[in-house]
Amino acid sequence: MTTVRVAGVGLTPFGDHGDRAGRDLFAEAAAAAIDDAGIDRGAIDRLDYGNFMGALAEKQGHQAPLMAEAAGLDCPATRYEEACASAGVAVKAAVEAIRAGTADLVIAGGMERMTSLDTGAVTDALSIAADELYEVRAGMTFPSAYALMAQAYFDRFGGGREDLAHIAVKNHANAVPNEYAQYQREITVDDALDAPPVAEPLHLYDACPITDGASAIVLTSDEYAATHDLDAPVAITGVGQGGDRLALQDRDAIAETPAATAAAETAYADSGITAADIDVAEVHDCFTIAEVMALESLGIADSGEGILAARDGITTPDGDCPVNLSGGLKAKGHPVGATGGSQIAELTRLLRGDHPNSEYVANATTGVAHNAGGTVASAVVHVLEVAE
Amino acid sequence: MTDENPTVDDQPASYDEWLDAIDAGEGFYLESPAGVGSLPPRRVCPETGSTDLTHEPLPEIGTIETYSVVHVATPGFADDTPYISAIADFGPVRITGVVRGVDPETIDDLVGDPVTVSVGTRATTDDRVVVLSPPES
Repeated sequence: MTTVRVAGVGLTPFGDHGDRAGRDLFAEAAAAAIDDAGIDRGAIDRLDYGNFMGALAEKQGHQAPLMAEAAGLDCPATRYEEACASAGVAVKAAVEAIRAGTADLVIAGGMERMTSLDTGAVTDALSIAADELYEVRAGMTFPSAYALMAQAYFDRFGGGREDLAHIAVKNHANAVPNEYAQYQREITVDDALDAPPVAEPLHLYDACPITDGASAIVLTSDEYAATHDLDAPVAITGVGQGGDRLALQDRDAIAETPAATAAAETAYADSGITAADIDVAEVHDCFTIAEVMALESLGIADSGEGILAARDGITTPDGDCPVNLSGGLKAKGHPVGATGGSQIAELTRLLRGDHPNSEYVANATTGVAHNAGGTVASAVVHVLEVAE
Repeated sequence: MTDENPTVDDQPASYDEWLDAIDAGEGFYLESPAGVGSLPPRRVCPETGSTDLTHEPLPEIGTIETYSVVHVATPGFADDTPYISAIADFGPVRITGVVRGVDPETIDDLVGDPVTVSVGTRATTDDRVVVLSPPES
């Protein structure tokens, strides 16, 4: 089985892109990835593309061929929808296609337009990732679903709002030098604690923003990279996906994310690593509590201890395992269908040494990306390693 | 269609029929032979795969397992804010609903509190909503 290498990455700035069409955002990210890879776009075999709410935000379905066209690609294109993990599963599909020998050169990534809707409409649109009968009709929103998980976590393991505030502070500080981040500004613990409530115990700075953006990565086989003299020092060596019941009320555990645990176990076995090998991680912190549960599923923190990881400095830039050096979804932004690809792009830059925060992981060889859908009814984990 | 594949007539209930039953004081859940509880619409036990699902009476009292006070709602609940969203454990199944009979502005900790389930109406629209309330003393 061939090793899959990341030949190039491309991102748009994350934020409010006004009236720009989604296709234009993806074209920008794809062009940057193709340029970074130094390849001929005509050689690309397929596009694996993630998008969640385009039918609502832009009234645009059947997006994959449109995105291929916008990016100047003449190849089959498929859209993947797995809520916030849409791009993660798109990348996984691309990796599997190259491993299977059915493609040599693939673009994967995603795009989301969100600011085209007002806050109420975005809240409505995001809620469709939940169970429409038993959650949405019962008044559950995306933030309140994670608030229910946070309250359950506090009740089971302890911790509180101030612990979550340290996660927001860390990720905002990490975003400051990142040219792609939506919020390149620091906040304080008091800012987070004093912010208005969204769904208690979660307040404004516990939540990721509403974001437009696109991500694209060029993946290729070891052999193609060698024969075409591509500079691709980072490889995706492990992939894993997990699933769970859609509604929180039907889960075995509300304060844990077993789908992500399963995805991590599969990805680690695939790559031959253990959690102890992880030098750096990009995790799905759509809400601060989500980073806590991600750390525990990934094995970066033990069960019940993820809540203190930022406060104790374990996941800060100078800590044992820096987490979300990009700023995370929390401060870099969360264009839902693009996020899974963005995490791979940021980890690649961190491991290559060309990320503004690479100095904190100068000797890193192994990174993990954790991308979750909804309240983690679906999860995808990728292991990235610096290849020899 | 084989015996293993249920027909439309085999569907134990719809979601609206489940709400109607709760509203009539005859709340139920579905149970497979292994004792696994689930809620309709459901043709297959999600854990065992059994298609032999029976209606069983829903326990009258549940316990709040987790809750949130919602301040920013979807447009369909905009006039209901602030409201308490909660998941209550009724034994074989958990149920998500809006907590009424408790002031969202003054609550301390609802985890472990007993509740009953009923059907109410949203403040924002005429749509029905699952309501969790403290039992009448």
